[in-house]
Amino acid sequence: MRHRLQFTGKKFIRIALLLLGVSFVTFLLMWASPLDPLQTNIGQAALGSMSPEQIAKAEAYWGVGTPPLVRYLGWLSDALHGDFGISLLYRRPVTAVIAERLAGSVLLLVSAWLISGVLGLALGVIAGACRGRLADRLIRGYCLMISSTPAFWLAILLLLVFSVWLGWFPVGFAVPVGMDAAAVTAADRLRHAILPALTLSITGVANIALHTREKMVDVMESDYVLFARARGESELSVACRHGLRNVLLPAVTLQFASAGEIIGGSVLVEQVFSYPGLGQAAVTAGLGSDMPLLLGITVVTAAIIFVGNLTADLLYGVIDPKIRKGAAGK
Amino acid sequence: MGPILKIRHLSIGFTRYERGIRETYTEAVKDLSLEVAPGQISAVVGASGSGKSLLAHSILGILPRNSRVSGEVFYDGELLTKKRAKELRGREIFLIPQGVTYLDPLMKVGAQLRKGKRDARTREQCRAALERYGLGSDTEEQYPFELSGGMARRVLIASAVLETPRLIIADEPTPGLDVRAARRILGHFRELADEGAGVLFITHDLELALSVADDVTVFYAGETVERAKAEDFASAERLRHPYTRALWHAMPGHGFRADEKTRSAAGEGSSGCPYAGRCSFCMPDCRTVPDIPLRPYRGGEVRCLHPEQGGREQI
Amino acid sequence: MKKRTICFLTVSAVLLLAITAAGLLLEQKAVQTDFTRKNLMPCAAYLFGTDWMGRDMFARTLAGLSLSIRIGILTAAVSAAIALALGTVSAVLGQKADAVVSWLVDLVMGIPHILLVILISLACGKGFAGVVAGVALSHWPSLARVLRGELLQLSRAPYILTAQKLGVSKAGLIRRHLFPHLMPQYLTGLILLFPHAILHESSVTFLGFGLSPEQPAIGVILSESMRYLTTGKWWLALFPGLSLVLTVMLFALMGGQVRRLTGPAGVQE
Repeated sequence: MRHRLQFTGKKFIRIALLLLGVSFVTFLLMWASPLDPLQTNIGQAALGSMSPEQIAKAEAYWGVGTPPLVRYLGWLSDALHGDFGISLLYRRPVTAVIAERLAGSVLLLVSAWLISGVLGLALGVIAGACRGRLADRLIRGYCLMISSTPAFWLAILLLLVFSVWLGWFPVGFAVPVGMDAAAVTAADRLRHAILPALTLSITGVANIALHTREKMVDVMESDYVLFARARGESELSVACRHGLRNVLLPAVTLQFASAGEIIGGSVLVEQVFSYPGLGQAAVTAGLGSDMPLLLGITVVTAAIIFVGNLTADLLYGVIDPKIRKGAAGK
Repeated sequence: MGPILKIRHLSIGFTRYERGIRETYTEAVKDLSLEVAPGQISAVVGASGSGKSLLAHSILGILPRNSRVSGEVFYDGELLTKKRAKELRGREIFLIPQGVTYLDPLMKVGAQLRKGKRDARTREQCRAALERYGLGSDTEEQYPFELSGGMARRVLIASAVLETPRLIIADEPTPGLDVRAARRILGHFRELADEGAGVLFITHDLELALSVADDVTVFYAGETVERAKAEDFASAERLRHPYTRALWHAMPGHGFRADEKTRSAAGEGSSGCPYAGRCSFCMPDCRTVPDIPLRPYRGGEVRCLHPEQGGREQI
Repeated sequence: MKKRTICFLTVSAVLLLAITAAGLLLEQKAVQTDFTRKNLMPCAAYLFGTDWMGRDMFARTLAGLSLSIRIGILTAAVSAAIALALGTVSAVLGQKADAVVSWLVDLVMGIPHILLVILISLACGKGFAGVVAGVALSHWPSLARVLRGELLQLSRAPYILTAQKLGVSKAGLIRRHLFPHLMPQYLTGLILLFPHAILHESSVTFLGFGLSPEQPAIGVILSESMRYLTTGKWWLALFPGLSLVLTVMLFALMGGQVRRLTGPAGVQE
């Protein structure tokens, strides 16, 4: 038990250091950007008509001229107190913007993460068990095709087919345009989330399916599967009782470790469907040089990814009997 | 009573791709014939890599899909088709494999032996089977990695006695065990044979085979080269094939004359006797005559053009 | 079998080369506007139709693919070079270097790919330089990990240990005894980087952080097509996207074939 606690503690320290690194690198990259936030957000013409005092005020607001290290350390000490600064575009605290956007994305991210995980595992197990046969070829072909397809183009295609041609789903926005937030029903939200979630699920399947297939192929060639067959277990029983059991652990770990891919995909998909989530906010912040917001979003997504990885590591210890019993024995 | 298992002219081969691009066909078992009678232990002895395990997999009908099989296998007097093998394996025909890697590492021992059945009768059978080999009920709750080598071997044997076995195929069941533990495991096979099962004992260890078997089939490079009674091994003169004699001489107590030519490899040489290159009594025709048949000779069988040669000069 | 594989590789390479060349030649035509022929459906004269400014979508698509392929090759090459350098450093220079490199790998993998590319592109002021830097600097971690593992395994091989005892210098050891064995892995990894590089380039351009809107890039074309989707101009999105998918698939298939050619023996598929 003590060993496990030590392990977890070390991991947490590592995550903290990585987050520090992520924030610093992000800050450096944004600071290095030659794009003038005043020009992008106020515009050349408006700038020309402003008085020097106004320009100085705007420069102070967008942080032009402050030494970078001072700015970063200032941000860091605030961030450690839970204050990520004020979003320059939305003129509200970054934490509030992120919380609101994350709440919008969560339905999308979690459903896509679950669907792609379960579907990917199932397809991988089937392909591995039917190695070399038609089902395997079809699944591998599907994975190749999907992993060669940019998520945003798939989103455009689905939009074209289901929204424009068939008219089944709305063209964009998480809620109907012009409707009072209070009047929005859960059904409306769901209707608007289906296509984005579908796109994300479809693209997320390929990676996990291919990895599960590799593992499943190894399992199906193992000694213990041979023995199970020799003892008269049917192919179905072999695949479900032994195959699934032995690929589940790596698949679940991979799924936890791949949280980043779903988040990355959501940036593109939310943009196509005008879905007001975290991904869209990241694009808006990037295009508008909203440093505090982009910095905040990067740190939060990185934290989600690191926690996903940590969960994967810890899960290994809980599920794998060798590690579990070994730790208990010590 | 007729033999429980009768194999006639069995050949097993594979197509595979080398480096992923070149298709090749290798014949791992060539023209193999043998019989196993109920209550008897028949040993198949051959060096590692001579295709012995494939023999076991072929009887059970669990060869990989890229394999090709010819010849006939009869079980209990009837042709053993793939379909029939599927019905009989795990019910009447049992495999006892080499070791712990044949157990699912993530499944408890009890659950594995019960094959997913949970009824009271199966539970009772499982407990009785483990108990028979001195394994307590706590073993059922253990994972394979918690078993010692000897325990794992006993679990594997116990897996065969949940039902009443009629044919047991033991594929190298004792590697890694010391002589005493190995003998004890073999004693279990003798018991099973005495209860009426036929046992096919596949091993590379002639001495071990002779300690328990009633008759011995010797394998060389995928071919049966000799079939003999266990008592024929009392002296080298009673043996028929030069390779068998070389094996005999390599045994402890027989001068330990290790002949480094006795190692075998499957698939070498296309025509003539596969042992020709290593045989001290090789004649010119040994290298040219294709498909030398296995023929009766002095109460056993031998696949050799000049068995009398070796016999004479050996003394 | 071998002949077929080599045949496939040659045909694919020639095809990709032809697309690249054709795109370069058609660059002028791709930006030519002609309002007498705007919004045409795909037909014999304009295979992929024309857009609202009468530009030939076929020429635009080819020019875009050509640009994507060139950027893909450039960024994949840079990424692979970084991966090789860092993989070697981490495997050869001892534990401290290894810890630093693996921390870097975790850091880069901790930021969603697309976000990192956006950030780097912003730092370089967007445009061609931004995209190239963004994609090149974000795609090395997984290959670096693979190469590190491979090198660590190789460096424990008996012949390497012997060479060390015989006094072969570290640099000589790496160059003469380690790298040659690494080549198959490296080559496969390099080719399999192309698809990712191309996909991320087009994604970032699509979002507006990459190539400028004046350039006929696939990302730009698809981003523009979004405005005309609701009016039923499906061909603006369908053909350019499909061509991109096919190009990326071709690269992925080539990578798979090279892996089969150089991979270990006994593959039974």
